[in-house]
Amino acid sequence: MSDTPLLSVRDLHTSFPLRSSVLRRTVGHIQAVAGVSFDVMPGGTLGLVGESGSGKSTVARTIVGLEQARSGSIVFDGEELTSLPKASMRRVRRQLQMIFQDPYASLNPRATVEQIITEAWEIHPDVVPRNRHHAEARELLERVGLNPDHARRYPHQFSGGQRQRIGIARALALRPKLVICDEAVSALDVSVQAQVLNLLADLRSDLGLAYLFIAHDLSVVRHISDQVAVMYLGRIVETAPQEELFTRPIHPYTQALLSAVPDPKPWTRPPREQIIIGGDVPSPADPPSGCRFRTRCWKAEDVCATTEPALEIRLDQHPAACHFAADLAGAGR
Amino acid sequence: MTATDDPTVIPAGQSPAAALLDVRDLRVEFSTSAGPVTAVDGASFEVRPGETVALLGESGSGKSVTAQAILGIVPKPAGRVTGGSIEYAGRDLLAPGTAGSLRGREIAMVFQDPLSSLNPVFRVGAQIGEMFRKHRGASRKQARAEALDLMRRVGIPAAEKRLDDYPHQFSGGMRQRVMIAMALALSPKLLIADEPTTALDVTVQAQIMQLLARLQAEEGMSLVLITHDLGVVADVADRVVMMYAGRVVETGPIREVYDHSAHPYTAGLMGSVPVIDGPRQRLTPIQGSPPDLLHLPSGCSFRPRCQYAGTICAEQEPPLLPAPGRMPGHQSACHHADQVLSQGAPHV
Amino acid sequence: MTSTELDLTTTTPLATPVTARKSRAGTARIRFGLIVIAVYVVAAAIGPWLIDFDSVATRTADRLKPPGSRLSDGSLAIFGTDQVGQDLLAQMLQGARISIAVGLATLLLAGTIGVTVGIAAGYFGGWLDGVLMRLADIQLAFPSILLAIFIAALLGPSVVNVVIVLAVSNWVTFARVARGQALATRRREFVDASRTLGAGTWRLIRRCVLPASVAPVLVVATVEIGHVILAEASLSFLGLGTPASTPSWGVTIANGRNYLADAWWISTVPGIALAFLVISLGVLGDALRDRYDPRLRSL
Repeated sequence: MSDTPLLSVRDLHTSFPLRSSVLRRTVGHIQAVAGVSFDVMPGGTLGLVGESGSGKSTVARTIVGLEQARSGSIVFDGEELTSLPKASMRRVRRQLQMIFQDPYASLNPRATVEQIITEAWEIHPDVVPRNRHHAEARELLERVGLNPDHARRYPHQFSGGQRQRIGIARALALRPKLVICDEAVSALDVSVQAQVLNLLADLRSDLGLAYLFIAHDLSVVRHISDQVAVMYLGRIVETAPQEELFTRPIHPYTQALLSAVPDPKPWTRPPREQIIIGGDVPSPADPPSGCRFRTRCWKAEDVCATTEPALEIRLDQHPAACHFAADLAGAGR
Repeated sequence: MTATDDPTVIPAGQSPAAALLDVRDLRVEFSTSAGPVTAVDGASFEVRPGETVALLGESGSGKSVTAQAILGIVPKPAGRVTGGSIEYAGRDLLAPGTAGSLRGREIAMVFQDPLSSLNPVFRVGAQIGEMFRKHRGASRKQARAEALDLMRRVGIPAAEKRLDDYPHQFSGGMRQRVMIAMALALSPKLLIADEPTTALDVTVQAQIMQLLARLQAEEGMSLVLITHDLGVVADVADRVVMMYAGRVVETGPIREVYDHSAHPYTAGLMGSVPVIDGPRQRLTPIQGSPPDLLHLPSGCSFRPRCQYAGTICAEQEPPLLPAPGRMPGHQSACHHADQVLSQGAPHV
Repeated sequence: MTSTELDLTTTTPLATPVTARKSRAGTARIRFGLIVIAVYVVAAAIGPWLIDFDSVATRTADRLKPPGSRLSDGSLAIFGTDQVGQDLLAQMLQGARISIAVGLATLLLAGTIGVTVGIAAGYFGGWLDGVLMRLADIQLAFPSILLAIFIAALLGPSVVNVVIVLAVSNWVTFARVARGQALATRRREFVDASRTLGAGTWRLIRRCVLPASVAPVLVVATVEIGHVILAEASLSFLGLGTPASTPSWGVTIANGRNYLADAWWISTVPGIALAFLVISLGVLGDALRDRYDPRLRSL
């Protein structure tokens, strides 16, 4: 693993116009992503966790170009994506693929599995010559654990887990260096989810892939990531190596999130203090002033309403965006 | 949350007569364009007064259809109950009209998606109050007071102000609280919650589970939690009923079943769940795909995914029998239960 | 806007199996419609080969013979003859050809224009959508038969002009349907997936949006063709449609107008044939819509 990040995101902002219902006039902006920075190393996996409204999926969609960044920089493989001309963009983005959440909606119902996989090579004819399409598609299907003889079938003839494997094969078709998994296993049954997680882990070690793994399920993120960033209302509130974050969370939100994760065997572990935070995530259209988490935080003081805490290292810990990070360190589990 | 899951508390081998809800050999069939499908295939379990039972299973397990059958809301004409019995406090719920007359009063339900279960054009307070007006003949004023009281009890902040809000003005978690308030309105003895937290964020899920556990204790009602998530119910359930392809494959006190799984499906599920602490290990998933109800194998439906499967599994459907050498009340429908038990769960 | 599918973002689908779709909905209606239309098409295709028709021939001896009469050359006139002694059956078979040809050509033209406009509006959105859909609104606000009369009066009667006139007054329906499909499809996850692979706009339209529009457009086309055939007959009846030398049903009905008292069959028989075809097409279109696309019910 080299020291140069494969993907480096700096101060990324993405917003959506908020239109009035009658005149469709833009009356404001929803700051879905409000200043997010992180790195993904070659062959590494960054887990991006957050609840609904955290903006984690918008981060993914901005990186692959499905949404437009308002400001900030996205450097992938040494090239700045936000200012790249359209032609070179296609070449660079080839190395940057995505696995989508919904195994039903993300496959074209009118295309066969082979057509779904070979579409990538039709768009980029230099990757695989046409006479090799069939053979290479079969190989990819086998690679993701599907029967290559089913290449002529349609998506509806497969189960959810198998469909997600098709989606993975499609993402791998262009031989990417980085794959963004946007809630890639959350729609699957537990037994199937485990199969797909194992497949993703195998592909990572066999092909040297890097993942940006986006999920709301902390256990899943912990399982696959080596670095984790926690998002809340468009911002990263804490980031650390996996083990560090899960054993010594600093930010109150991370602590609450960890505490809320359902434990299938609570009796096998020493009783933990349960932190149940009240309320819901505020609307990203109207985030609280200062620290965005303060409305649900049990540590909040006056300063939290006026000054937004920076995501920085306080007292030898890992970066966390909380004014009281120094006191909170070690207060977790 | 107080754990009431010490298995010794539950009286062993209690007679079904003491059960509040008794489901026996329930069969529910659906006619689909591709042919008839047996969604529930001989499921039996009971729920005792004051007990919390988790009805667990993945897609296609028949857990939600079972709940629909209990409430008498199996979608018609595609689906119908074709066999078995459901008794609630000695009354036959399958007899015409019985389920309808008990629904809301004695047996209440909370659904996964609260937005589609609430009427968008009526104020929330009026919708809760309607329960009192319809069933108790309360006056408008009384109903409003009762609604306010309920909204406070389910933890809706500033309840007085929110009485006159419409459902879309509530967040997902608050809507689910409203649904719970409506379900509790007539002090039911049995509450069935079908995936009550699946659509919610983790932090809100924790709030709702805590609320359900608290209300269950306060009201002394029985609670049936239907879910696919093994972890969500671990803190609150006394017993689990594990379903697969329309059949009950394992049942027993929750710690018994989780720690000493006597069915390969349960054991496989336990090995499939990533955990939040402890060492990271490779997951040991169940092979294959969830059951296709149109093409179920002969004998044991889990057979194609099972590492223990032998010839007997193809020939005979395994009956639900006491797990060998385990606590009373722990039952498993597996020909090789002893082997599964001796191997232990893949990771504990 | 129409949304094509259920929200599947939450994790657990209900254990309820695929509820039995009313898969046989409208089978009888579809069968009925298809059979009637097949009879018309076969008659239009091979009829004029079997029974000669000469549009300028006049046989005064056989004028205004009622249905079932023997003619001077010994042949049987099943539907009778008209004021110049032409066999009505032969005339109607010829007319069926024209009506069906005009109907199909109009649909092809209107469909091409409408689908192109609709997909452009729905897919690109923004000001383009605004402009194109306002255009459609203006078109709809104008009574289509009045517009057709206006254009026909300008261009003069000919088969090609009839097709143009009718296409101009019918493209809007296609545009609306195609726009709805484009709007629904362009936000689908599988379209995003193609975009992530690097697919360009043209490819996305060709591979994702267009195929999704085919079924609803065909349903609409079936309903519309009845309207078009009727409109063609109306224009011809008014003398603004096909010229008298090409005896479409509308022309024949118009010709019989002066003889209604003595020879009712000249107008009535083609009228019934026309009504029966239009009704059958309507029944078929409705049944197809109910089966494949109940969301189009408001159109």
